[in-house]
Amino acid sequence: MFPELNNLLNITPDRAEQGKLTLLCDAKTDGSFLVHHFLSFYLKANCKVCFVALIQSFSHYNIVGQKLGVSLTSARERGQLVFLEGLKSSVDVFFQANEEPHPLQFLREAKPGNLQPLFEFVREALKPEENGEAAWRCPVLLVDDLSLLLSLGVGAVAVLDFVHYCRATVCWELKGNMVVLVHDSGDAEDEENDILLNGLSHQSHLILRTEGLATGFCRDVHGQLRILWRRPSQPTAPRDRSLTYQYKIQDKSVSFFAKGMSPAVL
Amino acid sequence: MAAAATCGTGAGSTASVASAASKSKVTSFQRRGPRASGTDSGGLRLVSIAGTRPSVRNGQLLVSTGLPALDQLLGGGLAVGTVLLIEEDKYNIYSPLLFKYFLAEGIISGHTLLVASAKEDPADILQELPAPLLDDNCKKELDEDVCNHKTPESNVKMKIAWRYQLLPKMEQIGPVSSSRFGHYYDISKRIPQELIEASNWHGFFLPEKRSSPLKVESCSLTHGYLKLLQFIQNIIYEEGFDGSNPQKKKKNILRIGIQNLGSPLWGDDICCTENCDNSHSLTKFLYLLRGLLRTSLSACIITMPTHLIQNKAIIARVTNLSDTVVGLESFIGSERETNPLYKDYHGLIHIRQIPRLNNLICDESDVKDLAFKLKRKLFTIEYITKLKSYGLQDQKYFLTGHLQRKFAMKKNPFRGSYTLKKTY
Repeated sequence: MFPELNNLLNITPDRAEQGKLTLLCDAKTDGSFLVHHFLSFYLKANCKVCFVALIQSFSHYNIVGQKLGVSLTSARERGQLVFLEGLKSSVDVFFQANEEPHPLQFLREAKPGNLQPLFEFVREALKPEENGEAAWRCPVLLVDDLSLLLSLGVGAVAVLDFVHYCRATVCWELKGNMVVLVHDSGDAEDEENDILLNGLSHQSHLILRTEGLATGFCRDVHGQLRILWRRPSQPTAPRDRSLTYQYKIQDKSVSFFAKGMSPAVL
Repeated sequence: MAAAATCGTGAGSTASVASAASKSKVTSFQRRGPRASGTDSGGLRLVSIAGTRPSVRNGQLLVSTGLPALDQLLGGGLAVGTVLLIEEDKYNIYSPLLFKYFLAEGIISGHTLLVASAKEDPADILQELPAPLLDDNCKKELDEDVCNHKTPESNVKMKIAWRYQLLPKMEQIGPVSSSRFGHYYDISKRIPQELIEASNWHGFFLPEKRSSPLKVESCSLTHGYLKLLQFIQNIIYEEGFDGSNPQKKKKNILRIGIQNLGSPLWGDDICCTENCDNSHSLTKFLYLLRGLLRTSLSACIITMPTHLIQNKAIIARVTNLSDTVVGLESFIGSERETNPLYKDYHGLIHIRQIPRLNNLICDESDVKDLAFKLKRKLFTIEYITKLKSYGLQDQKYFLTGHLQRKFAMKKNPFRGSYTLKKTY
């Protein structure tokens, strides 16, 4: 996790909030560093994490996680992390036509109906222990990323249904958190993606939007992060607070600064 | 992806990476033995595959694309397990060159090739590969290109002219694979027949495969993509590129080349209409291909006519699904052909995306204005550094405020992005 981002979001691993849906959105840049941040944050906060990783392999997240101070292999061994590796399982699902249900079963279908097997997988992974003792603090679902499901043939409405079911189970019933990543296609006019993005923006409590700079590529400032709190926890706080920062990604951390205050400029 | 811990960089704790990887065999590449304890044996095995080298940044295994200039722009080379997508130029003149460079590099390095095309027979494609630049012939050949002095001694290589120092030579010809990373090729010559015959290659020519029956029932993939995917998976499994055959004594890389993917010859109609029935066929194919590549020792180059795809959303999705994306834009037929700034070049090359593998950052080049030029023997990529003054003869116009845009080179015309100041 990045300590500077924790300060900006005003959260620490000790007092993580519960029942929240966080939307990560990137436009014209790569916002995957936020996924690494939240993954290591929740693992350090002693939460049980179910990670649906569709876009990269396990060892990629593992190696970056070790730079941030968590080991995914040991988390998986002790049961804290349930990892669904999309790339590896998709090949298994597609080429070996078993009849048993698999979370990525929609790959076999010509017109995928819904994501129910995937939801069953998530629910099974995050259900509390039978003996009543809570070994972990709260369940967390991480999805990287949802726009990929649209590319694989699932409709935007089906993806929104999946998110709704997951929210009802994870956020409301189990008092956990959800973090999802969606790409913003910008001017590529991807209607399904826009439907998905708008639908999620209305449901989420916290939106972290990374954008590339409007002026193009810069070596010292990699992009701009917009933080939007949609439903504040205290009723007296002002509604829909929004902050904008610029950031630079380094080898093991990300540094944030106010707009125009990059150390390279000052 | 597994990082070469012993021959990697100091970034991160290499000891813990090695021990973590040795405890479980869940690395995507099963090229390590089950007990790679971080000693030399595990590291040396990774480096010993001919034609590869570990990346300086994160120890990722890299292969050369065949063009050392492109290797440098991509951060050292193409990572094993990733897809390089070439967006074809408008008349498909220059993208086959990059395709052939990739395959030729595979033959010289001794890698196994898999060539897939719906238009040309793979055997014909292999016949047209460029010849590698050789030691004894190069002096004679380069004399015509380089107007420098030459000395009569042929064995004093480096003192002939400073230009020769820039071109590394191959020490030997013949079926012995060279262990150097990245070679130079002479496009005016064909590759020697004995090199092709000595290499191990598989061809997939779509018109020949039409009649065989389908094993998997049809999902939304078009017939051509499905057959190609099964073919690739078959080769990977049978030749042990995914580590399923541990008795194989020498590990090798599989280089996959797919030409004109997405064109109507593959049975896909995304290039023909905007609202096509099967718009997920190509993206699903790319995802499954990437899944196959990540779990095996292979690298893939795909050329795609993205300028024909009418639905811009599909181009965005395809870009997100590929790891490295390079776009070629040739000046033929466009207004830039007569632009004095571009008169030395044949087109622009855009590095649209570089993957961040095992890392938070990637090696992006700072300069985004890259142009290519096809000389008689070489395909070169250069930075556009010249600022020409154009305008009336007695007034000079200087160019100020050059905006470097990541995506907008195609949308904004060249003159629109400059502000001109008149000086007398």
